[in-house]
Amino acid sequence: MSLRAALFDAALEVADQKPWPRIRVDEETWARAAFGLHAGDVTLTALWGEPGAVHMGLIEEETGEVLVLSLDCPDGTFPSVGVTHAPALRLERTIREMVGLVPEGCPDERPWLDHARWGVRHPLGAAEPAPAEGAPYPFLAAEGPPMHQIPVGPVHAGIIEPGHFRFTANGETVVRLEERLGWVHKGIERLAIGADLEHAAKIAARISGDSTVAWSLAFARAVEAASGTEVPKRAHWLRALMAEVERVANHLGDVGAVCNDAAFAQMLNRCGQLRETVLRAAAAAFGHRLMMDRVAPGGTTVDLIDPKPLAEMVAALRHGFPPLVRLYDTTVSLLDRTVTTGRLDPVLARRWGAGGHVGRACGRRFDARRLPGYAPYDVLRFDVPIREAGDVDARVWIRILEIGESLGMIEQLLAGLPKGPHRVDVARGAAGSEGVALTEAFRGDAFAWVRLDGEGRIARAHFRDASVFQWPLLEAAIAYNIVADFPLLNKSFNCSYSGHDL
Amino acid sequence: MPKFLIESLLRRPVTEKAPAADEAGLTELGRCLDAAAHRKLGRSLAIREVDAGSCNGCELEIHALNNAIYDLERFGLKFVASPRHADVLMVTGPVTANMREALERTHAATPDPKWVVAVGDCALDGGVFAGSYAVVGGVDAVIPVDLHIKGCPPSPKALLEGLIALIEKSA
Ligand code: SF4
Repeated sequence: MSLRAALFDAALEVADQKPWPRIRVDEETWARAAFGLHAGDVTLTALWGEPGAVHMGLIEEETGEVLVLSLDCPDGTFPSVGVTHAPALRLERTIREMVGLVPEGCPDERPWLDHARWGVRHPLGAAEPAPAEGAPYPFLAAEGPPMHQIPVGPVHAGIIEPGHFRFTANGETVVRLEERLGWVHKGIERLAIGADLEHAAKIAARISGDSTVAWSLAFARAVEAASGTEVPKRAHWLRALMAEVERVANHLGDVGAVCNDAAFAQMLNRCGQLRETVLRAAAAAFGHRLMMDRVAPGGTTVDLIDPKPLAEMVAALRHGFPPLVRLYDTTVSLLDRTVTTGRLDPVLARRWGAGGHVGRACGRRFDARRLPGYAPYDVLRFDVPIREAGDVDARVWIRILEIGESLGMIEQLLAGLPKGPHRVDVARGAAGSEGVALTEAFRGDAFAWVRLDGEGRIARAHFRDASVFQWPLLEAAIAYNIVADFPLLNKSFNCSYSGHDL
Repeated sequence: MPKFLIESLLRRPVTEKAPAADEAGLTELGRCLDAAAHRKLGRSLAIREVDAGSCNGCELEIHALNNAIYDLERFGLKFVASPRHADVLMVTGPVTANMREALERTHAATPDPKWVVAVGDCALDGGVFAGSYAVVGGVDAVIPVDLHIKGCPPSPKALLEGLIALIEKSA
């Protein structure tokens, strides 16, 4: 019997969550799940809390089946998962500061998103006033005579999001990188509480602007699962169309930006032009360059205005992109920077459940479009490209290959777009009904969980971006590389700050 | 590689014609630089971008300004890596409580005369994030703003129109 099935058998109670069950368990079953994570039998996909309970989302890699375990915390504590399974550490620190539940045995006592600036403590629990003067943050040490520290951020040199990186280096070699995040924390999960579906969808669309379609889709699918809303077939196809256009645009931007960080501006220039072609096609087809607020619970907010720009965009990329790929692959000075740089250990990628190009560049096959899978990807032909090297080059190649797959899907979607409505009214759903969804954003899987209040509003929500499990891996991948390779490596991951910080 | 360079030399530029200055922007930018500041800045402004809490959507479109199609640098505007080299702070996002001090310090590190351009609906009043415990508000809740460019996110064209208004007022 699989661990997932065994855990399910040990349920004290099964909650009203769709499409995958949420079960209430005792401490023994909770501990068994934690050891299962450690043994690699299941992968941690989310860990979050609410007053009185913690929830652990597990995924079975072979089947893509999800299971959520809930543990009541009558005394305000729960047994730490992070003590045996490191990927849970930052999530537990978040639960402690956001909800006020204490992970017993968690080896990291430091706060994470809470910089002591909010004027409130435990904003997702029994919020109480707190000082807002800020607090010092002890970074982990790396000691030895030749070692020096390089603090970077939160305001960076480029046009990017804020975060702090603390490098400890021995000459040029990075011995340790420690990230400090949380700078763009906007209180998204608290804002969602009590929000009507329309407003909550707007918030979800802004979890990470570069993945606005994927996040809107994750939120919409979770709400539709909770409320029992069947969206029309055309809506599924339009959503996939937007999601693949978004993927192509982002991958183009990343391929150009990685090369630019190796001082090869030509690629940035050319990829930038192609990206602009994609965004203009998106604006002509759906009325917004990033397709923000185009996907919402019940379907899509707009129908396809005009398919022609998308078809022309595919043709332009099929013509314009292959020469760039050849350029990348034959410029030795560029490959010298990307090949073998920032190698990620595949064991770590698996343990952290690394999604997207980070996981697939070191052999982790997971793609939410395949498993657990969702419409209409079950009827589309596409490959999930895999590389084994785990270096910057492999991550660039995953993107290059995925652009080709997405263009193929856009063609299939345009050719087979079903007729009919693109939106239905969302059912109210019973008070307390819950839904969960996994969608594949360009950088990896996006996990959304909602509970409805039965009045058309959100009672509670949780969002977990792929970046949450990718950021810690960046720390591992930079170790023993040179400081100057960090921008390149960082861009090849391209984790979201906003999606992580919420 | 040589093929690419030759092709770039021979073909016509992909850069598009500049839009006109944004009228509303010209009105909002009441303040004109005095003659001394003029002489210092000329028609060239250095911009430091600061994400004070954005969803990163605004950053994507600001990035697009640097592509060959919008080619911001032809107007004498360029992005620089440090506030100490900047004449203009371009700020996005609702200002989060966690970023407030970093924004204040960046502003303080920018030499006078300086302009602050708030980009996006969030930077105007917090947008959909207004009212959160973790959000201070729009950019002018923390530092004085000279020009707001609206949109969620503003298109590169809207950004250009706003910035051209800024050059017209400053030069
Ligand atoms: S204005 Fe829109 S795109 Fe810009 S940061 Fe705010 S939500 Fe994101």
